[in-house]
Amino acid sequence: MTTPAPPRELLALHGASVSFGAVDALRDANLRVHAGDVVAIVGANGSGKTTLLRLLHGVVAYSGRREVAAAAGVQAMVFQRPFLLRLSVWNNLRLALWLAHRHMPRQERGERAMQALRRVGLATLRDRPARSLSGGEQQRLALARGWAVRPDILFLDEPTANLDPSAKKEVESLLAGFAAEGMTLVMSTHNLGQAKRLATRVVYMDGGRIDTDLPTEAFFNTGAQGRADLFLKGRLTWAIDV
Amino acid sequence: MTTFTDILATAFGLVAGADASLVRTVALSFAVSGSACFFAAWLGLAAGAWLAVARFRGRRVVLLALDTLLALPSVVAGLAVYLLLSRSGPLGSWGLLYTPTAMVIVQTMLALPIVAALARQVVADALRDGGDQLRSLGAGPLLCALLMLLHERWAVVTLLLIAFGRAIAEVGAVMIVGGNIAGFTRVMTTTIALETSKGDLPLALALGFILLAVVALLNIVIALVPRSNELHAAQLP
Amino acid sequence: MGDRRVKGAARRAVWGLACAAALLLPALAASAQDRFITMASTTSTEQSGLFPYLLPAFKKATGIDVHVVAVGTGQALDMGRRGDADVLFVHDKAAEEKFVAEGWGLQRRDVMYNDFILVGASGDPAHVRGNDIVAALTRLAASPASFISRGDKSGTNAAELRYWKAAGIDAPASRMAGYKECGCGMGPALNIASSTGAYVLSDRGTWLSFRNRGDLVVLVEGDRKLFNQYGVIVVNPARHPQTKTALAQAFADWVVSPDGQATVAAYRIGGQQLFFPNASP
Repeated sequence: MTTPAPPRELLALHGASVSFGAVDALRDANLRVHAGDVVAIVGANGSGKTTLLRLLHGVVAYSGRREVAAAAGVQAMVFQRPFLLRLSVWNNLRLALWLAHRHMPRQERGERAMQALRRVGLATLRDRPARSLSGGEQQRLALARGWAVRPDILFLDEPTANLDPSAKKEVESLLAGFAAEGMTLVMSTHNLGQAKRLATRVVYMDGGRIDTDLPTEAFFNTGAQGRADLFLKGRLTWAIDV
Repeated sequence: MTTFTDILATAFGLVAGADASLVRTVALSFAVSGSACFFAAWLGLAAGAWLAVARFRGRRVVLLALDTLLALPSVVAGLAVYLLLSRSGPLGSWGLLYTPTAMVIVQTMLALPIVAALARQVVADALRDGGDQLRSLGAGPLLCALLMLLHERWAVVTLLLIAFGRAIAEVGAVMIVGGNIAGFTRVMTTTIALETSKGDLPLALALGFILLAVVALLNIVIALVPRSNELHAAQLP
Repeated sequence: MGDRRVKGAARRAVWGLACAAALLLPALAASAQDRFITMASTTSTEQSGLFPYLLPAFKKATGIDVHVVAVGTGQALDMGRRGDADVLFVHDKAAEEKFVAEGWGLQRRDVMYNDFILVGASGDPAHVRGNDIVAALTRLAASPASFISRGDKSGTNAAELRYWKAAGIDAPASRMAGYKECGCGMGPALNIASSTGAYVLSDRGTWLSFRNRGDLVVLVEGDRKLFNQYGVIVVNPARHPQTKTALAQAFADWVVSPDGQATVAAYRIGGQQLFFPNASP
């Protein structure tokens, strides 16, 4: 019986740190992301989730090592509050495609945009001003924007935090669909249930350090130790000294 | 004592009579100030966008200088350009003194700091909200800034109107470099100044009203452009 | 980059610049055309309305346009020194002769004269009414009345100071309590006099066109000393080679010719002749 080839490593951090002035937002981070992973980054507010995401995506200055495989060249990020330009839904998408692939022919760009809209169920809202959409629709548009460029890794920063329950469900099912298609996802979330439902791996962050990094099953059932365990049980209290 | 109605009556009379020299004067005002705003827009929006994202030593000094130029008195700008374009000055051989071209040059100088300083602020504020997302999408810093100008296009229209207002309302600079030559470099504001100096105050005020009315007309036309229809606002390839 | 979006923006930029060029083209064309001269004259001459009457006649005779920049006499002479004017048409003989003597101008010729008048409130508190300007100013200096001086190096201002000197007052500002300098043109000076009931020396041309008289009336006129002589000077090309000397000379020659002189004499305000031609043949 042949052993399946190990999944390719797309991104790796070795002893990476990020500081903003005097504040250490992230300390000595070691992490590898492989193709097909769905990584959920969890932790309390201020634990460094967003900084870790931005570091992985490569948009923040850091010390230490960050290695990006050639196969991880195209990346996209969805933020908690999607920033959409004052353009139509369709033009927002076409602009994103142009920014990511400057030499794509105009027609292909249009087709990919329509494809993405259909994928997230926004095809009928194509010509509406993007800013007139509801919160859930805007986030779906942001997802369409991310999906359309066919990223090797899609980063998401608390993508459902601002959405009502039905919109949350829509977004989650889209994400599950992306993962099923084989897209690599790295997302931060407050919602432990979401992490359980979607992720293959959970990274718990505490005070700017990566505390625990386990497969989902292990994290939620047996493996969480110490503060991670307390976090799961909702029993982390604010420490007066850190 | 001239009453308000007298002044209005004079104004209406002038407009109804469609006096040829009045029409030419108004047209010249708009041509000069409009051209100045046009050049100031191109140079100023580019400069403002660049200043919002560029990081270099001395950047704060440049911003300070820019903000100071916002208060450049029009007479000072006029004198500076006069000394440049005078036949005994460095650019005298260009023969531009006392022509509408000189007036456009000096008004561009006055409008440019306004456009650049305000554009920089608009872009900087917009980048605070969406800069991360645009960078993530793959836009370089300058392209981010330009996209934000597109995104905040109505703020840009407003700041261009402010610059245009500054240009069309000023009199010191165009008086000095234009010479207020009848039928050639005489604009609304210099005509008003001339009539005031002749003691014909009702006529001066009436001309002032006409100038304001024409600018109001321009603003009405701009306001009528539909804002909610984003499709007309930007045509992407 | 070869991308359509950049191309589209570039296309719009070119179109926009073309529009701007189209707007400016008439101006540029006008300035590029050679058949015009720049004449430095005074605000009082321009405000008398002479130029819209005189210059079209000149254009008809020679096809040359005249661009008049109207400033104070002092400024007009400065323009000549800087080479920004091709010909001067002012009314301060002493300053003009100095200008030519210093080599800035080619030759000074008499063209015409108008006169100055002393105006003041109809009540005439200082009792200056008459036809002797020196006597009037002497009486004025002794009274508490206000006098508005233009104080702007203009021909009118220079004349005013000469009359004070003739009355034995070298520095009226220090000798007369009510003496006020406004640093302004003839119109504004008349405005100030009109609203404060002060006395002011004005040229007849500006006075005839002035519409804000209030209580002001002519109090002193007809004194030979009050005649205001105009001269024409072509700027010396030796100092500024770009001066349009030939065209400027054409103007100087025309305005002293019988044709030009007749046109000057024919100019009227309210039926009254304002300028009296006196060019020597």
